[in-house]
Amino acid sequence: MDIGIIVESLPRLLGGVMVTVEITALSVILGLILAIPLSIMRVSSNPFIRLPVYGFNFYFRGTPLLVQLFLIYYGSGQFQEVFSDWGLWRFFREAYFCAILSLTLNTAAYSSEIFRGGIEGVSSGEIEAARACGMSGFLLYRRIIMPAALRIAWPAYTNEVVFLLQASSLVSIITLMDITGVARVIAARSFAFYEIFITVALIYLALVYGLIYVFKKMENRILGYLSPDSLSS
Amino acid sequence: MFDLQGYGSLLIEGGKLTLAVGVCAMIITVLVGLGSSLCKLSDIKTLQRIAGLYTTVIRGIPELVLILLVYYGAPTLMQDTLNLFGIDIYISINPFIAGTLTIGFIYGAFATEVFRGAFMAVPKGQIEAARSCGMGSVLTFRRILLPQMWRFAIPGLGNVWMVLIKATALISVIQLPELMRNADIAVRSTRKPFTCYFAASLIYLAITIVSLLFQQWAEKRASRGIKRAL
Repeated sequence: MDIGIIVESLPRLLGGVMVTVEITALSVILGLILAIPLSIMRVSSNPFIRLPVYGFNFYFRGTPLLVQLFLIYYGSGQFQEVFSDWGLWRFFREAYFCAILSLTLNTAAYSSEIFRGGIEGVSSGEIEAARACGMSGFLLYRRIIMPAALRIAWPAYTNEVVFLLQASSLVSIITLMDITGVARVIAARSFAFYEIFITVALIYLALVYGLIYVFKKMENRILGYLSPDSLSS
Repeated sequence: MFDLQGYGSLLIEGGKLTLAVGVCAMIITVLVGLGSSLCKLSDIKTLQRIAGLYTTVIRGIPELVLILLVYYGAPTLMQDTLNLFGIDIYISINPFIAGTLTIGFIYGAFATEVFRGAFMAVPKGQIEAARSCGMGSVLTFRRILLPQMWRFAIPGLGNVWMVLIKATALISVIQLPELMRNADIAVRSTRKPFTCYFAASLIYLAITIVSLLFQQWAEKRASRGIKRAL
């Protein structure tokens, strides 16, 4: 065990932590923005709206993230001329853009299925009451259904965000320097494989359980009215 | 567009190896999950703590990091340890064994919770009845708990399998010629990355669809003795 190499590479690993956090945060936010309309489309009674979303979710949940990452990063090269004509090639050339795009689409598919469960779990009495007050369409979703659905879905969504944080380690395979990417470079040069990878594992453990702690705090806040303590205070 | 230039059979071969890795890893997952869930349910505090530590640690680390740690880290760790005793040898692990074991142990942590829930879902009266018939704890486990637990475990195990088979794609990183790795090889010779990876993704999708159908069948079969309200 070579402690020196761990101490020596800590600053570079912390740089990797920043990249991992950045990629995860961006994909979570963009994925959330996509997932909310997708989940509403997913419960539509119109099959022309529902089925495309069903297909999208089925494909992205049924294939490995690694394949999706390669399809977007390497696969886009097959259509280089088309993308160049549309002025999109400078985006698809960048590993960073492709990583964010595939993680966003992946988490959008998983999250929209989670939110769909939430929407279906909203009690019909609340929706009837809102309709009786004259709310419909967008207002009904904004004021009644989505807030209730997101509360129901929150614990499952926490899991999804944790999975995304861990899945972001795959971006190291397409040359990005996140925690895993930095670790692979250091380990390959120094042959200190287990020292570096155990350190990296500990960093991920801290990140994951830190994230879970934050999400639990938020859960206590948004679901606080359901806890037994709220009655006594 | 769908011209694989004769590399289709290579992808099919890779698909077979992916399934082999998946099935072997799933067997390890079930065995590890059973053992660790029994540790969690046992009265012995030490066993509970060990199982608790195992599930907490494994679920907080990305699969890719664990695969790299086992494949590259474990041999060097063993070499360094043996060096301390003056033994100088070179150790390397077969990627199939490293991949299968790692994936199996990772998803064993997820299966632990599935089995724990399933064991607790078996009605208490069943165990009491078995005890009053004079069965000991081992016999009660084998004859009463184990057969009845599966009905509750199958939906959760199905989910674990779906995630597991997709995680096997990560083993391509340690050069095992499974589906993803063979798709890489096909891409290098055909220069058609989208076509090859898309074909690979369809094979994964086919595995998912067949697994879903099998899961439905297994759930129906496992609860064939149960009266349904509807």
